Amino acid sequence: MKQNRLWAWLIVALSAIYFFIPLLATFIFSLRMRRGELSFDAYASVFSDPRFFASFGYSLAIGAFTIILGILVVVPAVYYVRLRMPWLRPFMEFVTLLPLVIPALVLVYGYIRLYNSSSLIPFTGSVLGTDILLVCACMTLALPYMYRAVDTGMRTIDIATLTEAAQILGASQWTIISRIVFPNILVAVLSGAFLTLAIVIGEFTIASLLNRPAFGPYLVNIGTNRAYEPSALAIISLLVTWGAMGMIQLLTRFAPKTARKD
Amino acid sequence: MSSNSASAADASAGPEVSGPASQLRRRFRLGFEWLSVVPFVVFALMFLAAPTLSLVAQAFTDPAGNFTFDNFRGLGSDQIVRAYTISIQVSAASALFGALIGLLIALALIRGRMPQGVRATVMTFSGVASNFAGVPLAFAFIATLGRLGLVTILLREVFGFDLYRTGFTLFSFWGLTLTYLYFQIPLMVVIITPAVDGLKREWSEAAQTLGASKWDFWRYVGLPILWPSFLGTLSLLFANAFGAIATAWALTGSNLNIVTVLLYNQIRGDALQNPGLGAALAIGMVVITSIANIIYLVVAKRAERWMK
Repeated sequence: MKQNRLWAWLIVALSAIYFFIPLLATFIFSLRMRRGELSFDAYASVFSDPRFFASFGYSLAIGAFTIILGILVVVPAVYYVRLRMPWLRPFMEFVTLLPLVIPALVLVYGYIRLYNSSSLIPFTGSVLGTDILLVCACMTLALPYMYRAVDTGMRTIDIATLTEAAQILGASQWTIISRIVFPNILVAVLSGAFLTLAIVIGEFTIASLLNRPAFGPYLVNIGTNRAYEPSALAIISLLVTWGAMGMIQLLTRFAPKTARKD
Repeated sequence: MSSNSASAADASAGPEVSGPASQLRRRFRLGFEWLSVVPFVVFALMFLAAPTLSLVAQAFTDPAGNFTFDNFRGLGSDQIVRAYTISIQVSAASALFGALIGLLIALALIRGRMPQGVRATVMTFSGVASNFAGVPLAFAFIATLGRLGLVTILLREVFGFDLYRTGFTLFSFWGLTLTYLYFQIPLMVVIITPAVDGLKREWSEAAQTLGASKWDFWRYVGLPILWPSFLGTLSLLFANAFGAIATAWALTGSNLNIVTVLLYNQIRGDALQNPGLGAALAIGMVVITSIANIIYLVVAKRAERWMK
């Protein structure tokens, strides 16, 4: 079995090189703004740009609203379908997989055609409407992940028994979902939420086509106009993604303690 | 367990049904419960079904508003065919290489019995890297393999090898594929590792006891079991790359002729000067990603037959 492991180490080492070199190169590149020496000037330049904070804050806000909308749309539906209409589950799985099959670009094309200012539902007619459309579009992108996170969370709790117990005590449907089911799947929902946040912050296509000042379009703008700042921004984005994924890892470590009742 | 609780629910509902008032209340409660699916259905109709169907309708409509196949005939133009070809080539190559390399890494982690620390690190990193796509990824590769990228300069000044002399650019076929692999491989690792982990050690031991060689084990046990998840992820990776635009856009701006960039320009400023043709272009993309998924479903069905 000893020689068996050499190939495994070789594969892991080779792929580590492929994945590590671009990160190292980007980091070194981001330090070379000042001629002849390494410095953090590119980062200083990024952080002194008010558009960085404005666009990042805007994307964070869109992400927060996307998460809230996602919870409101997905949690009750998954709950009810699991409880009363299990035959609808294949349909829900199919629907939530659609955003992975239909490219985001195609969807946003449809939105712009369907919800333009001269249509029945003129989302793009006003700034607020466009923001709402952007939230819904991001929600579509996040749907596969949100659905899976919530569905996994609900699998670990016995919703039928919880629902019966709550109903016997006179709880309304809304109370059951918001005060019994939701807290029980909170950890799963949060891991879906952080993934959503990472997706929304990195999103470029939809925000750019809807002309909203999100982080993605800002990045592209810097990319075409500056030399060293893009590398600094790539490193910053990586850290943000890492942060969001780290939160998910942390949450899943806590998940069994709060959710499973053995 | 679930049948128990279901019959308990029936029993508790039994006495309620007797009175007309409680029957009404029960029906009302059911009606209210049903409402919790409504937001989901409305959302799916408004933001998935309706936009796609409206594009389908548009694709079959000529500028005068009549039914036509002309828009799909228009897809046969040189520029569009070339755009589709490059997109399909890059997506297929990055999906195939991504899936194979990702599978190798998963096999190395699980079957090569890597220490738990290495495995956890690789899995965490894969989770991050599979989401590290789009614009920042393009920036990273420009800093690495761009004309002034560190690796490009290193190769030229230390090894005397001028990468760009060979015709390589980041927005060539190989450049794009190499860049896309940065999120395709980790995505494969994230999805396939649990499947590889599901191959029990006992199975290979049992096969060995029965006189099977390593090759026999993989040919008749390992690969047939992994095959459906492998193909499923392959079609997911294909769609993932096929619909990607941010990375390509940030690498090259608007001058790369792949189908997403073409469609982006069309949405922005009607670059094809024909809305119907734009819609047909978009529907063509959906058809191609659907075909990838249908192939997967058919093969998975057949594979299931062998697994029984």
